[in-house]
Amino acid sequence: MEATKAAQRTLKVRIARGTEDGNFTTYEVPWRENQTVLDVVTEVQRRIEPTLSYRFACRVGVCGSCAMTVNGKPRWTCRTHVSRVEEDGVIVIEPLRNMPRIKDLVVDMSEFFDKWKKAGSTFVGTATRHEPPAAVSPTSKKRKMADAAIECINCGVCYASCDVVAWDKEYLGPAALNRAWTLFNDERHADPKDVLKKATSGSGCNSCHTQGNCMTHCPVSLSPTGSIAGLKKNALLQFLKGGD
Amino acid sequence: MEQRLFALQRLSAMVMAPFVLVHLGIILYAVRGGLTAAEILARTQGSLFWIPFYSLFVISVAVHVPIGLRNILIEWARLSRGAASVCCFLFGLLLLSMGLRAVAAVGGLLS
Repeated sequence: MEATKAAQRTLKVRIARGTEDGNFTTYEVPWRENQTVLDVVTEVQRRIEPTLSYRFACRVGVCGSCAMTVNGKPRWTCRTHVSRVEEDGVIVIEPLRNMPRIKDLVVDMSEFFDKWKKAGSTFVGTATRHEPPAAVSPTSKKRKMADAAIECINCGVCYASCDVVAWDKEYLGPAALNRAWTLFNDERHADPKDVLKKATSGSGCNSCHTQGNCMTHCPVSLSPTGSIAGLKKNALLQFLKGGD
Repeated sequence: MEQRLFALQRLSAMVMAPFVLVHLGIILYAVRGGLTAAEILARTQGSLFWIPFYSLFVISVAVHVPIGLRNILIEWARLSRGAASVCCFLFGLLLLSMGLRAVAAVGGLLS
């Protein structure tokens, strides 16, 4: 019993509180085996600070709701083990960057989803329900390019990691443009040229500096940078062909 | 508009790349044994190579630079697109007029 007590280490957790920057509260929680950062936040909220606000749903890396900034980097907290990120027994947890904060660890993602629509990301079909399903070959080039980018679940990690979003509030961001790229390559979509037009207008894909933060931090290892490069290339080719 | 500027910036960069190489190459070649203003002017004034070469160089610089500067003003100085466009258009005109004036003077077209 004594030995167990002695072995019980504690983890220091600095959590950003309130709505202002720089307001942190430090909590101490038991440091357990195989503990995720989400487990830690939940433990703080259930046992120490019931007013702590945070988001989560599935706890297993499917929904993307629990993204936060952990020790300065945006991550899914449910898929981040404490042992991978703690620095001398301390972890610092903040809300995602680049989105207005609601309270504590919760941000308002409205602009993120609004930009998703603005980037020309709405599918418009050409077939009716009376026609057979479209036969898209899994080996076609377009299908492969769409497949490479399709697994995005809109967690907002790339958007939070992007410096261009931080500089230019109008910039559509990696997730929205990645979605536009999948739609551009969707053979069933009615108007791929319109996707290019929307993705390039204003602070669209051409604002990307190819820094690759989105690609580095994407929890499912997608490359929005690659998708944006594809949009840029196709938009430029279309422009040079006189399609504007 | 954005797509047009993006394309123009890339195309002007492609035009400028050989200009920059030739420009640097000629400098290295011309100064190898020391150089005076009189020697430079003797070569450039009335030159059918030098005058069109640097006129095109100046024009492509005046197209390329303001577009990049506009992006910097939008992202780092947080200027609106309209304000950044006006500033950079004026700056482009300044570059063009100063550059062409220099070409005309060194090319001997003003004397």
